[in-house]
Amino acid sequence: MGLLDYFVSSRPKTTAGNASVAKERLQILVAHDRVARDKPSYLPQLQQEILAVIRKYVEVDMDAVSVTYEQEESHEVLELNIILPESAAARGV
Amino acid sequence: MARIIVITSGKGGVGKTTTAAALSMGLAQRGKRTVVIDFDVGLRNLDLIMGCERRVVYDFINVINGEANLNQALIRDKRCDSLYVLPASQTRDKDALTREGVERVLNDLGDNYDFIVCDSPAGIEHGAYMAMYFADDAIVVTNPEVSSVRDSDRMLGILSSRSKRAEESMEPIREYLLLTRYDPMRVANGEMLSVDDVQEILSLKLLGVVPESKAVLNASNAGIPVILDRESDAGQAYGDMVSRYLGDDVPHRFLHPEKKGLLSRIFKG
Repeated sequence: MGLLDYFVSSRPKTTAGNASVAKERLQILVAHDRVARDKPSYLPQLQQEILAVIRKYVEVDMDAVSVTYEQEESHEVLELNIILPESAAARGV
Repeated sequence: MARIIVITSGKGGVGKTTTAAALSMGLAQRGKRTVVIDFDVGLRNLDLIMGCERRVVYDFINVINGEANLNQALIRDKRCDSLYVLPASQTRDKDALTREGVERVLNDLGDNYDFIVCDSPAGIEHGAYMAMYFADDAIVVTNPEVSSVRDSDRMLGILSSRSKRAEESMEPIREYLLLTRYDPMRVANGEMLSVDDVQEILSLKLLGVVPESKAVLNASNAGIPVILDRESDAGQAYGDMVSRYLGDDVPHRFLHPEKKGLLSRIFKG
């Protein structure tokens, strides 16, 4: 048993690449987590309040406003995307 | 003014309390006046690991609430004169840990000690926030395992945004990585993340690597900080860690499997 093990286990196992799988998964996951973490904490509330203002004038869905935040090297981009219903313009509000 | 060190991780069971006990004992043995505080209100364990569980009369929450003074609550270690333990409350709610109360206790301790070691509870809830909020240094205890590394990264985000130093735009907390439960044999076989893998992801200053060791359980069974077991690999690794923390340039050990002789390999010595 011991003798056999010596010859078998002294070679690097080619089937074991578990650690490299773990590392790859972690790198993706951590990068993803960090993007979410760097967003300012006021974003959800900002979205709610903008939506409330818009709904005073136009009937839009709760999910019609999307707020995205991107951090680039020298500046940050805050992007608001509001989908107005087609009939809103026609009603002239 | 004492330097405040938080032992944190996010994930539970990675070795925070073992590390807090080892670090505080190591600092005290080098002549530093040290106090170690258990922030895990409701699940107090540091007293057990330190071996002083039968001497607890008053606790951290009693001091915060003014029901006892610091001198009544602090337990002097029987093995080392310059080490004191401030136990957590076992019965109170963790909300009893108010920020003002914690700050007052840390300030009171600050005049009389060189180091205050804060043993954080697992998770990212109130107790963990209180443990890290006032920290000057953070030791992030991590196992070479995916969920632990991820949680450590999350904790690093919290340290750099929600701590007093972050909120008041002071010099940021000094963050260190301590890799525990490291199995060099499994790393060599490609089964476990290596120190370099974890370093690449977390990019922290490496304070130490503590190998997976029977000595850790033996030490906790007996209530003796493992750093006092100088014969053991884990005890020596913690000793190195303390030296590195204090600025000594100590090479890392226990990173590679022990080279066994041909005979012991054949006979599974």
